[in-house]
Amino acid sequence: MMPWFLAASLLLSIVGLYVAFFVAPTDFQQGESYRIIFIHVPAAWMSMFIYLVMAGWAGAGLVFNTRLSGMMARALAPTGAMFTFLALWTGALWGKPTWGTWWVWDARLTSELILLFLYIGFLSLTAAIEDERRADRAGAVLALVGVVNIPIIYFSVVWWNTLHQGASVSLKSAPKMATTMLIGMLLMALAFWMYSIAAALLRVRSIIREREPRAAAEV
Amino acid sequence: MQWGSWAEFWAMGGYGLYVWGSFAVTLLCMAGEMVSLISTERAARKHDGEKA
Repeated sequence: MMPWFLAASLLLSIVGLYVAFFVAPTDFQQGESYRIIFIHVPAAWMSMFIYLVMAGWAGAGLVFNTRLSGMMARALAPTGAMFTFLALWTGALWGKPTWGTWWVWDARLTSELILLFLYIGFLSLTAAIEDERRADRAGAVLALVGVVNIPIIYFSVVWWNTLHQGASVSLKSAPKMATTMLIGMLLMALAFWMYSIAAALLRVRSIIREREPRAAAEV
Repeated sequence: MQWGSWAEFWAMGGYGLYVWGSFAVTLLCMAGEMVSLISTERAARKHDGEKA
């Protein structure tokens, strides 16, 4: 199944990048620098979404004591951390020409940075405990506590006066951007989504192989 | 098509460093992670094949 997700991700990226650079018009305020949006927003969405899925698996592991749950949570964490880093990195490169600074301690940026620390904390905690099942449980508690940060990131631009702009896309209102821009962004978001599934499936396979060598043959 | 030439495309209206800096690092991270995952998988398969 994994190669299909990877192929879908590649295809969606190619079409998405084409729309991003050759179809979407120049922004009348920001010029061409706005094109960073096509990876910045999808990366930020994935950083939060992967965390929720990871915490969901972790929570299921605590409640039902299933072995696969902990493995899924640990398979997702590195990819989530990578997207969090990418959201911060592309945000800095967008902030410099638009705000005149790489970084400000505003609520959106700070809570996204905390998300990166949560991922790193989860990864180091689970890596530090030798007994895998205990590591899964300890990681799950950390992941679940950290969930409070997700709505804080999401609503930070509403709750506080931030330098970061409000949402351009939401479920409640019409998108505040040109249709081609929106399509490009959604295509890239789908590409990142497929990529994440492929990465998580590959990684969970190697975790299973490591922990349960006999079961791995069946995956 | 909104770019007069390839030079204009790469310049990104003067924002080349920021735009390409974002896209290049994103590509490097994602491609790097995927290559490392696939090579781990291949090595494990080869190892399993030898055992069987």
